Amino acid sequence: MGIKILNPQTRSTVITYAIVVAAFIAVTVLDGLGFISNSLSGQLVPICAYVCLAVSLNLVVGVSGELSLGHAGFMSVGAFTGVVVAGMLARAGVESELALFALSAAVGAVAAGVIGFLVGIPVMRLRGDYLAIVTLAFGEIIKNLLNNFYVGVDDAGLHFSMTDSSSLGMTQGTILINGPKGAVGIDKISTFVLGIVLVLITVAVVLNLMHSRDGRAIMAVRDNRIAAESVGINVTKYRLMAFTVASALAGAAGVLYAMNYSTITPSQFDFNQSILILVYVVLGGMGNIWGSIVSAAFLTVLPELLRPINDYRMLLYAVVLILVMVVPHLKVYRRVADALRSRLAHRGPAAATEGGEADE
Amino acid sequence: MSKFSDFAKARREGTKMVPVPSVSIMPERDLGRAPALECLHLGIDFGGLKAVDDFNITVGRTEICGLIGPNGAGKTTVFNLLTKVYQPTRGTIMVDGQDTAGMSPARVNQMGVARTFQNIRLFGSLTVEENVAVGLHNQRHCGMATSILRLPHHWKSERWYHERALELLDIFDMTGLAAHEAGSLPYGAQRRLEIVRALATNPRLLLLDEPAAGMNPSETAELMENIVKIRDTFGIAIMLIEHDMNLVMNICEGICVLNFGKIIAKGTPEEIQCNDAVIEAYLGTRKEAEA
Repeated sequence: MGIKILNPQTRSTVITYAIVVAAFIAVTVLDGLGFISNSLSGQLVPICAYVCLAVSLNLVVGVSGELSLGHAGFMSVGAFTGVVVAGMLARAGVESELALFALSAAVGAVAAGVIGFLVGIPVMRLRGDYLAIVTLAFGEIIKNLLNNFYVGVDDAGLHFSMTDSSSLGMTQGTILINGPKGAVGIDKISTFVLGIVLVLITVAVVLNLMHSRDGRAIMAVRDNRIAAESVGINVTKYRLMAFTVASALAGAAGVLYAMNYSTITPSQFDFNQSILILVYVVLGGMGNIWGSIVSAAFLTVLPELLRPINDYRMLLYAVVLILVMVVPHLKVYRRVADALRSRLAHRGPAAATEGGEADE
Repeated sequence: MSKFSDFAKARREGTKMVPVPSVSIMPERDLGRAPALECLHLGIDFGGLKAVDDFNITVGRTEICGLIGPNGAGKTTVFNLLTKVYQPTRGTIMVDGQDTAGMSPARVNQMGVARTFQNIRLFGSLTVEENVAVGLHNQRHCGMATSILRLPHHWKSERWYHERALELLDIFDMTGLAAHEAGSLPYGAQRRLEIVRALATNPRLLLLDEPAAGMNPSETAELMENIVKIRDTFGIAIMLIEHDMNLVMNICEGICVLNFGKIIAKGTPEEIQCNDAVIEAYLGTRKEAEA
């Protein structure tokens, strides 16, 4: 076997990491030069969170091939767990913001992963539209449960209630989650650097999982369930694995998102939020990780960029969405893409799979 | 794989199509070991229709066995029963002497039954090599955490999958296609890849559903060579559904004829060719067959 310098798989992996690192460097430099407006710099952490969410949802929708409409639910589980953990740790006297964030994110990820696993057990018996409907329902159930969830912390430890804040039975201490009012007074410890680190971790987990024994099994199940069973693959196990890992990553992203605001409410993590994340995945391309990153970042920034023409910005947003979907099907676009591809094809078989990356 | 090329050379130099006499490897001669497959009174009903009924068959450990019959006779249904795509309504399936009752398709494959499909079912977006690697899935384990953290064991496993996949692809001279997307392969190559993928699961019994469908005579001749070669190299039993009578009569040691879900004849190719019931049901009238 000759040495292949970059096969398509490695190439797309390199592109993915390069995009994240380049974006980080670009933003840091531009910020240093003062080119980044206040409203945009406020968007940096949410962009990172949405990138994480899009990449993790891509694991379910693109890699595993299941349409899940409840991703915001797992995000909120992570967010609120993270808030509680951070509240407890802060009370216990943990000073370091890095430790606070890392622990909250880890616990948030585990909690969302556990919930994802439990939800996945019944949901993974279903397929297609039914699965989409049930994940949607679970997302709403999680939101409504959180709406009735009261958590407080004092010297005696944690207090839970499902009725109201007064029934927590606390005389001193702080209320961390206050039902529909959500979590108030969160330490804003999320930073752009932490966000980029979380993006890199999410991307690494998803890509490493994709390009491994288990990832191949997940994609095999997506491509042909019956054939996958016929070669001895436990279909339910691998669908559940993708769903659980994606939920855990969404949980971590939720912590990042929550720690950027002083207040979050359960109603923020509704069906619209799930659809928004799904739009990023679909526009970026199912199963295409760097596509998710680019589309999540672009579509989060776009409304901000359009702010000067405030009256028309949602209209333009919609137009851009439609264009992104329509243009790849235009004859002109296809002819240009084919011409590019055939020119690249002369360089060898590896170059034929993707166009546009003429960098050797 | 030098064994293969020697074999192919001997074949080209004009040896008989079936160099291994069927008698020497009939199940009875495999002393003290259970047959690769035993079906007892196997049957399935779809509503009121008995799609397969009272299906009894024994396949020896290294036997090549043919399952033939007119269209709609229930041949593929038998394969679907053997691989548990359908759960049988009645009867027993014993693989390697073990009852497979209540097992999932994946579990039956782990027991040693691998198959190909009449309408090709590859993992279209994966590469040829990855398709084979998925077949090798249960031959070597590597946990999720190990893979995500890219521990040394992951790389060792990946190298093993890579080498083993290329070795298997070499059977059909497909190593050159390893990096191609499986869905973009030509039809014949897709059929061959399905066989390689099935072989990767280390089966004891390989079920081939119309392996020669859509192939020209020279491709079919090559396929016949390869089927015998696979049996000889891996020492496994092969059961195949095929409409190409030349292929069936030349390489099958035992043939089972199915019509309307029931076995109408079993025996060696010679016996089947002379069987009146078969000729009537499948090959037409005797007059036509002789013409």
